[in-house]
Amino acid sequence: MIRIQCPFCGERDHSEFTYGGDGSIKYPALNAPIKDWLAAVFHRKNIRGLQLESWHHINGCRMWLLVERDTVTHKIESVRAAHIDFQKILKV
Amino acid sequence: MTRFSAWNVIKNGLSNQKGWDRQWQDCEPKDQYDVVIVGGGIHGLATAYYLAKNHGIKNIAVVEKGWLGGGNAGRNTTIVRSNYFQPGNRQFYEHSLKLWENLSHELNYNVMFSQRGHVSLLHSPSAIDTAARRYNTMRLTGSDAEIWGLKKLKQKIPHLNYNVNARFPIMGAAVQKRAGTARHDAVVWGFARAADQRGVNIIQNCEVIGIKRDKGKIIGLETSRGFINCKKVGFSAAGNTTLLWNMAGLGELPIESHKLQAFVTEPLKPLLDHVVVFGVGGAHFYISQSDKGGLVFGGDLDSYKSYAQRGNLPIVQDVAECATSILPCLGRVRLLRHWSGTCDMSMDGSHFICKTPLKNLYLNAGWNYGGFKAGPSAGWYFADLIANDRPDGVIANHDLKRFERGINIDERGAGPDPKLHG
Repeated sequence: MIRIQCPFCGERDHSEFTYGGDGSIKYPALNAPIKDWLAAVFHRKNIRGLQLESWHHINGCRMWLLVERDTVTHKIESVRAAHIDFQKILKV
Repeated sequence: MTRFSAWNVIKNGLSNQKGWDRQWQDCEPKDQYDVVIVGGGIHGLATAYYLAKNHGIKNIAVVEKGWLGGGNAGRNTTIVRSNYFQPGNRQFYEHSLKLWENLSHELNYNVMFSQRGHVSLLHSPSAIDTAARRYNTMRLTGSDAEIWGLKKLKQKIPHLNYNVNARFPIMGAAVQKRAGTARHDAVVWGFARAADQRGVNIIQNCEVIGIKRDKGKIIGLETSRGFINCKKVGFSAAGNTTLLWNMAGLGELPIESHKLQAFVTEPLKPLLDHVVVFGVGGAHFYISQSDKGGLVFGGDLDSYKSYAQRGNLPIVQDVAECATSILPCLGRVRLLRHWSGTCDMSMDGSHFICKTPLKNLYLNAGWNYGGFKAGPSAGWYFADLIANDRPDGVIANHDLKRFERGINIDERGAGPDPKLHG
């Protein structure tokens, strides 16, 4: 079991969360070339090691989090709120 | 190479088993090969075998970083079926099932293929309608498929939970009788032995650590056992495909590596003589009984991306709950082992057997968690692609550019999210 330090709720089991996938994806503008959208939707870095990913605390506070986690050891390096305004308020 | 035959079994039985040879040679890598396949699982070894057999290529090597069949080939639930719906997929898997049916004879190796039937439980009238559509389509492709009503299902598998008050009462089943299970190690060893017999060099403990390129072409592979020059290269490395892809400097793939667990219980007397699948309302569970008596089963992915070949506990609970909800008689059976493999989950749940941006590099990847059954056919079509430098019609859309063309071969209709396929 991975334990995730939710900035709103404290440390919780990962089974309270759903995994959102690669958190480093920046979605392009709506009128961006189709090539950019193809890359954002379909192509993945698939990092072996430390990656930024999103988790949704679906059975808790229902907030989206950004988590830095190692994909081999599952060790978590950092957790922060996904929304920039919450990051400012919580200072994490 | 001593052939396996009744005569040789009797002869060696009487002579202290002294007359058997090594199954395959322990080769030192040569300086140069015509084709090098990276990955010594079922897919890699089958590819090498069919390259030698169907296409007469002589100078082939399979390089494997660990031991043969130590990756996903040895970490699955050994189910073989062809109940696919999408064009391309259904012809591909039906071809695979036909190869499976003759595989023991083909390889002169008992792969213990048991066509015990694959029973997918259905829990609502609309599920029965959907299954009828899918299974009729399979029949049009020349496969076998039938729908069983409750009465027949109860006769065939009497000890499922038929309680009408269950959360999802069983109403029938979609059945493929020619489907079944096989012995995973035997398939790997059979292909290795048969490939070796045709002159393929099988090189274990040989990890690819670098790829030398000259513009749009691969010159050779830097391995833990020295540099190997190669005319053509095939990647067949499942969950580790991205690592090789990065070594070749090719950017991103429509693949994520996730882990899938499988489980086996203590051995029991014969209990279940079919493969049973339970998938409704978020549950996903498949079970069969091995020849040793252990119940072999599995469920969903471990929910998050990972390269670790070890499973987590919430899925153990999830799968155990599924097991006891359809087979309450398993309530007191003890779990013997559980393990996990790294699956190359693709963006639409279907595979890639295709050419790549490099002229002499070919890719076989994106098997999600259906790679075991596909092994023989993947080897067949991948060998055909490598030998002739063009994809067969069956795999024409199974390339990396299909998303660009707007084609998703999505059996489950789950969308571009790797963790939802399987």
